[in-house]
Amino acid sequence: MTAPDADAAPGGLHDNAANPGPSPLGSGFMVICQVVLGAVLLLLWQGASGRLIDSFFISNPVEVGTRLFGWIADGSLFVHVWATVYATVMGFVIGSIIGVMLGIWLGVSPFTSRLLNPYMSALNALPKVALAPLFVLWFGLGIESKIALAAVLVLFLVFLNTYAGVREVDQDLIDGARLMRATRAQVITKVIIPSAMSWMFAGLKISVPYALIGAVLGEMIAANRGLGYLVQFSGSQFDSAGVFAVLIVIALLAVALNFLVEIVQHRMQQWRVVGR
Amino acid sequence: MIDLRHVSKTFRKQDEIVDAVRDISLTIAQKEIVAIIGPSGCGKSTLLNMIAGLYAPSSGSIVYKGARVSNINTDVGYMTQKDNLLPWRTVRDNVAFPLELSGVAKGERAVRADQVITHVGLDGFGHRYPQELSGGMRKRACLARMLLYGAETALLDEPFAALDAQLKLAMHDLLLKLAAETGQTVVFVTHDLMEAVTLADRVLVCTRRPATVALEQRIALKRPRDVLNVRFTNEFKELYDALWERLRVEYHEERI
Repeated sequence: MTAPDADAAPGGLHDNAANPGPSPLGSGFMVICQVVLGAVLLLLWQGASGRLIDSFFISNPVEVGTRLFGWIADGSLFVHVWATVYATVMGFVIGSIIGVMLGIWLGVSPFTSRLLNPYMSALNALPKVALAPLFVLWFGLGIESKIALAAVLVLFLVFLNTYAGVREVDQDLIDGARLMRATRAQVITKVIIPSAMSWMFAGLKISVPYALIGAVLGEMIAANRGLGYLVQFSGSQFDSAGVFAVLIVIALLAVALNFLVEIVQHRMQQWRVVGR
Repeated sequence: MIDLRHVSKTFRKQDEIVDAVRDISLTIAQKEIVAIIGPSGCGKSTLLNMIAGLYAPSSGSIVYKGARVSNINTDVGYMTQKDNLLPWRTVRDNVAFPLELSGVAKGERAVRADQVITHVGLDGFGHRYPQELSGGMRKRACLARMLLYGAETALLDEPFAALDAQLKLAMHDLLLKLAAETGQTVVFVTHDLMEAVTLADRVLVCTRRPATVALEQRIALKRPRDVLNVRFTNEFKELYDALWERLRVEYHEERI
């Protein structure tokens, strides 16, 4: 569970708009330093490869670049990227919807939530990855089983946050609405959901990387496309350059997703629910 | 109109049993303004919560207009100690909330909300959010909302406790004016004797926990009352002193 203000934690790479002033990343000097550091690390890697460490294990930047370029040139990379992105997004959407609905439902039904409590805890403690073989059985080797794995990872995070948010709603606000003849449905839609909104968004935000993890893991277990498949395949071919190339793509994808989340969050902040 | 018959309430906090209210019987007439006064932390708020139907009494019964209160009592407007405006709604949308709940169209809602907002002196603040307002303004917004809801009984829990003296007077005036206009029955809890005597037709003094009614004083000051000057009249002073004397004895006894 994550408190809604966890995204404002200090030490993040991206300073948000509410915290003006020169950020270390924003200043030109720091960017130069970071680029230099990257270049030095690449040079060290290139230098060490074959001399200090067998290039069979660590490959080298030139080879990784060549591999990457080759995949881009023949277009095969995009097939894999698209498969992973699709599974990630679909898993995120499906998991979020179910997680939010489940969180609200259990949040407003004390009886059901107490009834299901031990089972939910057990399911939550279960490493969700262990469900992968089951999903392959149920949904086949195609993209559906990857979507399912991503969705399950997302579902629990979103569920827990939504549930906590709903339980956190000020009872006085609920009583106030009920005294003004609000029906149960009105209490849920007009008081509970808006009140729990910041918790839900916090849950959605932290679950984005998990959707990617779910999709990639699913592809590693059984697939014929996707970045997870590609890294697994390259590994099984003892192709360390290929493995590194895929890792770079996955990292870039993760960064892009985070960037997307930042943009959405920034938009959200304009009508953000402000707590008392 | 509101009948409390031997009402008691006990709470169970883990193993500890807390007596909040013990055997209170009282009858509140329509259009009456009743002040319940007592030390902080006695069961005054519990009493209001029970009239509003938020808690059931542990024993005894509460009868509202001939019917026993067994569920949420939607005939009352309840202004809690902590204002319960919805923080994500503007003042206008908060005030219009009861209309929205009963399905009044959006355009009409806005018009009627703006009317009562002006009535409580909040004009120009309709588009603000509660957290942008001062405590007194939030109380006004709560009053406006209650007005729009049109409850026949208003329950107010220490409505003006956190306000400064001047604002308090303004709110007293507003409250009396609104009560006279709407013919509302008002039950309010306070620990300010001055406030109680200024506003009420009847003052009930509660003991410390568990709350029982220690004494009852009718305030026969004529209405409409001038909240600013009524306190300087001789009748006011006599009532105030008499109540204060008995309060002192009461509190003194309690302390021993």
